[in-house]
Amino acid sequence: MATTMITTLDRSSRAAARGLSDISIRNLFIIPTVLFLIVFNIFPLIYSLGYSFTDFRASTNAPANFVGLQNYRDLLNDPYVWSNFAITAKYVIISVAGQLLVGFGVAMLLNRDIPLKGLLTTLLLLPMMLSMAVVGLFWKLLYDPSFGIINYALGLGTFEWLSDPKMALYAVALTDIWMWSPFVMLLSLAGLSAVPKHLYEAAAIDRAGPFYTFFRITLPLVAPILMIAVIFRTMEAFKTFDLAYILTSQPTTELISIRLYKMAFQEWQTGRSCALAYIVLIMVLAITNIYVKYLNKVKER
Amino acid sequence: MRKLVTSVLAGIGLTLACGTSVYAQEKSLTIFWAEWDPANYLQELGNEYEKETGVKITVETTPWSDFQTKAFTEFNAHGDAYDMVVGDSQWLGAGSTGGHYVDLTDFFNKHKLGEVMAPATVKYYAEYPGGSSKYWAIPLEGDAVGWSYRKDWFEDPKEKEAFKAKYGYDLDVPKDFKALRDIAEFFYRPDQKRYGIAIYTDNSYDAMAMGFENALFSYGGELGDYSTYKVDGFINSDKAVAALDAYKELYKFTPPGWAKSFFVEDNQAITENLAAMSMNYFAFFPSLINEASNPNAKNTGFFANPPGPGGDQFAALGGQGISIVSYSQKQEEATKFLEWFIKDETQKKWAALGGYTCSAAVLKSPEFQNATPYNKAFYETMFKVKDFWAVPEYAELLQQLNQRVYPYMIGGEGTAKETLDALAADWNATFKKYGRGQ
Repeated sequence: MATTMITTLDRSSRAAARGLSDISIRNLFIIPTVLFLIVFNIFPLIYSLGYSFTDFRASTNAPANFVGLQNYRDLLNDPYVWSNFAITAKYVIISVAGQLLVGFGVAMLLNRDIPLKGLLTTLLLLPMMLSMAVVGLFWKLLYDPSFGIINYALGLGTFEWLSDPKMALYAVALTDIWMWSPFVMLLSLAGLSAVPKHLYEAAAIDRAGPFYTFFRITLPLVAPILMIAVIFRTMEAFKTFDLAYILTSQPTTELISIRLYKMAFQEWQTGRSCALAYIVLIMVLAITNIYVKYLNKVKER
Repeated sequence: MRKLVTSVLAGIGLTLACGTSVYAQEKSLTIFWAEWDPANYLQELGNEYEKETGVKITVETTPWSDFQTKAFTEFNAHGDAYDMVVGDSQWLGAGSTGGHYVDLTDFFNKHKLGEVMAPATVKYYAEYPGGSSKYWAIPLEGDAVGWSYRKDWFEDPKEKEAFKAKYGYDLDVPKDFKALRDIAEFFYRPDQKRYGIAIYTDNSYDAMAMGFENALFSYGGELGDYSTYKVDGFINSDKAVAALDAYKELYKFTPPGWAKSFFVEDNQAITENLAAMSMNYFAFFPSLINEASNPNAKNTGFFANPPGPGGDQFAALGGQGISIVSYSQKQEEATKFLEWFIKDETQKKWAALGGYTCSAAVLKSPEFQNATPYNKAFYETMFKVKDFWAVPEYAELLQQLNQRVYPYMIGGEGTAKETLDALAADWNATFKKYGRGQ
């Protein structure tokens, strides 16, 4: 029963003395939030669905004409949009896989008794506390072929990280990995410290090798929390805009959100961009759903 | 509960009070422009206006990259945050047909601005549709793409000798596109960290288009027919194909990492000793003769965009006109400011502050032409400029140009002919979509 979830108000409290019942307090907290959500989330969502079936352009006075599924048809037939999706998928896979590998690896290294562990962990968390735009600007300088420190340190001469069409996407993903691996590391650390010590002791007694211990004990027990990290990072990576937009403007790094931004706010094709936004929304929902299903399965084991 | 209601009401009251107090200061005007030096000069000019009339002028700026987005977001919301906007020449179509700009045709005719301002500036900064004699802006900042170069590199006797030996003619300011290419090749020395030329390649707004136009127009090519919207046989003509090839050829001699460069990078090419020649808008040249911002200021020279093989000489137009926003509450006050702005003495002051006046009389005056090392090149250029499409859907046309030309220029995909044929097809489809032409 839903109502039993709400704890009854303490009769001696000040709120009760003012004549507020627990129901009215609940309403006081929930109704503004719900209203806020409806006004700023739900309403625009439905409104833009309507626009996605029109040829509306916010920059002109021309009335919006109903065009049915024309926008969706055009978008799904546009080879550029498909290439944007392909680029986004490639970016998500590289970036999330990289973060998982680096983040989990660092967490494994940190998951032992070492001096200054707390300080080390805090320092490692710094990248994800910076703003995306600032990271983008920093890395643009770091990657610079003429005076960038990366080429200098690696002795790559004038290697063009961001102007090489083939390399640019990897360069953006690398920056994203640098920035968000700490997030995966943090979640993994929490997962790792929750693995019961006696399991390792038992494994040691049975003379299990380190690989066996890792794949049979550590990984299965940390998997659910790793899955959560993957869900978060996939959703974020799918939406990446600022980092790629600031670092480079190669056609090979035009992620779907950049395409959407250009369509909506540079070309002012409002109707069509609403349709594209819906296509993206449906894709993100679908991917997240698959993950959540899988997560539940992992948890059941 | 009553207390809550009272405090909410008090809050609303306070907000309203603050709101009305803004309206009380009627003697102020806000002009919206991009963040660059000319906007600072305009602010200084505005300060003079305040001294004379007591009307406060505020020039509000935003970085170039979101100038268009921010301005149109405000227009589309019918906001009155800006009384006037110094909009890009391509915005005329969207601004006028969208109802965002006040029709200034009467103002224009009353003050005979068609004669006062240089013809190209009237055609491209003020009139829409082309040839309609309807005006939506007053030419404010004239601008076009020109070139800066390293005089010390060009005048070095050893270099001159080596150049003559290799190419058979004297090293000097390029007389045509072929010379431009040869000099770029000559100075391209990656082992010395010296490169030939800096050009526009950024594909996020109009940089790539402006750079390519410089070659296209001088090669005698056209983007299309501005009155019939016919593009086939124009943008993919043999001349246009040759122009694109010539522009791509120049990319070979640029500094490393030159795939997202616009005005900032191109000025850096001169200040950081990277390139022998650099393409840029004249509006960015003042900082090149300033020793504080350019250590090579004394050794920097300027020239107009050279002619192509057929002898045609044109340049891509930048620059902006000032328009009154139709949602402004202070249109009368704004009109008064414009009346003051077009006066001859104001135009002279504007030029002296560093603004690029469009007044034909001031442009022609020897004092203007001798004021800086680049004013003469500017004067010459302003009478042979051409611009991009100014239709409301220009941003889509730009995007299509970027989408087609960039992969060819930077990635080397396909051929120039294929690129421009595809672009012509894209543009045809777009014009058809908006019911333009036949």
